[in-house]
Amino acid sequence: MSLSQLPAAAEIVERVQESASIFTLRLRFADEDLQSTYCSAPGQFNMIGLHGVGEVPISIISDPEEGAFIDHTIRAVGRVTHALSALRVGDVVGLRGPYGRGWPLDAAMGDDVVLVTGGLGCAPVVSVIDYVMRRRERFGRLVIIQGVKHAEDLIWRQRYEAWARAPDTQVWLAADVGGPHWAWDVGPVTVLLDHAEFDHAKAHALMCGPEPMMKAVAERLLDDGMPAERLWLSMERNMHCAVGHCGHCQLGPLFVCRDGPVFPYPVLAPWLQHRSL
Amino acid sequence: MASEPGFLPRDGLDRLIEVLRRDGREVIGPRVRDGAIVYAPIATAADLPTGVRDAQSPGAYALNAASSAERQFAWANGPQALKPLVFSPRERLWTSWHAPANGLHFGAAAHTTRPTAVIGVRACDLAALDLQDRHFLREPYADPAYRARRESLFLVAVHCTHPADTCFCVSTGDGPEAAKGFDLALHEIDAGFVVTSGSNAGAEVLASLPLAVPAEAQRDEARAGVAAAAAAQTRRLPARDLRPALLARIEDPHWQVVAERCLSCGNCTAVCPTCFCNAEIEEPVSDGSVSEHFRQWDSCFTAGHSRLHGIVVRADTLARYRQWLIHKLATWHDQYGRSGCVGCGRCIAWCPVGIDLTAEVAVLCDDGEGVAP
Ligand SMILES: Cc1cc2nc3c(=O)[nH]c(=O)nc-3n(C[C@H](O)[C@H](O)[C@H](O)COP(=O)(O)OP(=O)(O)OC[C@H]3O[C@@H](n4cnc5c(N)ncnc54)[C@H](O)[C@@H]3O)c2cc1C
Ligand code: SF4
Ligand code: SF4
Ligand code: FES
Repeated sequence: MSLSQLPAAAEIVERVQESASIFTLRLRFADEDLQSTYCSAPGQFNMIGLHGVGEVPISIISDPEEGAFIDHTIRAVGRVTHALSALRVGDVVGLRGPYGRGWPLDAAMGDDVVLVTGGLGCAPVVSVIDYVMRRRERFGRLVIIQGVKHAEDLIWRQRYEAWARAPDTQVWLAADVGGPHWAWDVGPVTVLLDHAEFDHAKAHALMCGPEPMMKAVAERLLDDGMPAERLWLSMERNMHCAVGHCGHCQLGPLFVCRDGPVFPYPVLAPWLQHRSL
Repeated sequence: MASEPGFLPRDGLDRLIEVLRRDGREVIGPRVRDGAIVYAPIATAADLPTGVRDAQSPGAYALNAASSAERQFAWANGPQALKPLVFSPRERLWTSWHAPANGLHFGAAAHTTRPTAVIGVRACDLAALDLQDRHFLREPYADPAYRARRESLFLVAVHCTHPADTCFCVSTGDGPEAAKGFDLALHEIDAGFVVTSGSNAGAEVLASLPLAVPAEAQRDEARAGVAAAAAAQTRRLPARDLRPALLARIEDPHWQVVAERCLSCGNCTAVCPTCFCNAEIEEPVSDGSVSEHFRQWDSCFTAGHSRLHGIVVRADTLARYRQWLIHKLATWHDQYGRSGCVGCGRCIAWCPVGIDLTAEVAVLCDDGEGVAP
């Protein structure tokens, strides 16, 4: 039975507490063959299951070509994610995947890459940042734009600082509510688009986060003259099966698990206009 | 594959059941249970609903005596089609267990299926089965449990001669005559059945039956039966792809009118032979060292269906009824190349408040192409 149909045991080999509620698990399949053949693309996700508790969809943030580990950054928000947050190194989870279609990195090759994320939206694009960093010469400018609600929600400060020092890379951060140690902008992520420098005709914008935020950013970029097919959104919906069977993730005619979670804007646009679809 | 028709006298049905059982098949057929016609194991033709007719209308289903007293298939349908036989209401997908010495293990559920023959399958239900096939057998994620059950089925269709008032399969193009997807198909006439095969397996069964050559009058009677059934249908959906019309009306105020009647109970989804939504649930057993992962039918009318952390995408009944109808009649075209409705009328009869999708479509797409008076 393949890994798309049946989970396999994966051991937690490292665990990092990123903030009060966010943690990163570094996983490795117990079975060596599985680990060495496992292969994902940035933007894809796994179903992470906890014995006796349940499964949740979680983006893969490790570089697909690294191969030795599978990393997941998770926010503890509910039943399954809280239970996952209590796990320690040496504990075992169930893992099946990878699922879905990821970011259009082949299409973006040679072009500027603009990442716009909100909240924990940054998790699915960390894989993209690492991917571009490791293949720097194959891409144009890298623009990293991240918005958070509160200044204290920002994780990975050091990583942002390190990214900001990389060649041809811009980092722009904003919080709706700032704080005493907040050196960046205060306001919605769209204000950051005023600062960002990239070639609107030859860039791909990759977005992840709350739908209203992605919609606002997409509309702003369209106004700025970016072609709609260069805008990409990673969508979230309730998911159970991850293979287009359970129906939970449907958005209009789309199965987000199988046809997405990353979609080109023109595919989503008709469905984003309406609430509660 | 399609054979020359043969004539099976009514008392030959037992012989058919016997032949079907020969290869170890379990035979399932229509039976009266709890005041409805359901598919259940049958032993002989005596178990069939002889002389029974169904009366269906919005929110109502009842069995009565048929005018054609000796007929066994003088009814339209019961609450369930073939769906439970292939897409199980509840089944285990895998089990995980902790072995003290060497960690966590996962075992896929075994699919022990028994060859099964179903007698009395309707054209609408064959069309629905084809849609379920497109959904669950789609590569690269074809579902092994569904496939195992699907491949074990031998289907004996009976062309429909007694549609209910709720039926509208003519307008969806799916009935009353079964066109494909069966192994055998029966036209019920007064004296018995005009039988044809639709597959090699069907032809084999046919060859073991004591068939006569049907008289021309019997063939005429068979044809007239389905023609009358088609003519008897009063409800209809507009005979076109409703996708553009419905999508243009996503914000129509009429959704609120339906929402005020709809109870969000999900009955319509449970009886619909094409609805495929399911939920996966984890159930620890015994001391927790073993855990079972189940899949069971779910409905887009529940809050949990579209729940995300912090929000429910379709938080009210308006959004849920709209999701159901627009998926069924519009976005299904994008997903599976046709509408998701086969005109069986079950959602109309089994809706506790009698909501009739053909009537709602007629109002929403207010263009005179809706329900007939
Ligand atoms: C493609 C995809 C990638 C994701 N990547 C990440 C990630 O990298 N890191 C991260 O922290 N979170 C991620 N999420 C969100 C994560 O799946 C939810 O936070 C998680 O399912 C919540 O489960 P829970 O049992 O803890 O919460 P509860 O609120 O108790 O959830 C209960 C039910 O709702 C479902 N559910 C709740 N929220 C979501 C959601 N957002 N998406 C899908 N189902 C949900 C659960 O599956 C379950 O059925 C991702 C979601 C999707 C769809
Ligand atoms: S929507 Fe109603 S009429 Fe159409 S197939 Fe489903 S139950 Fe039958
Ligand atoms: S339409 Fe009828 S059967 Fe369907 S959820 Fe509403 S009340 Fe229940
Ligand atoms: S998660 Fe089941 S259909 Fe997408």
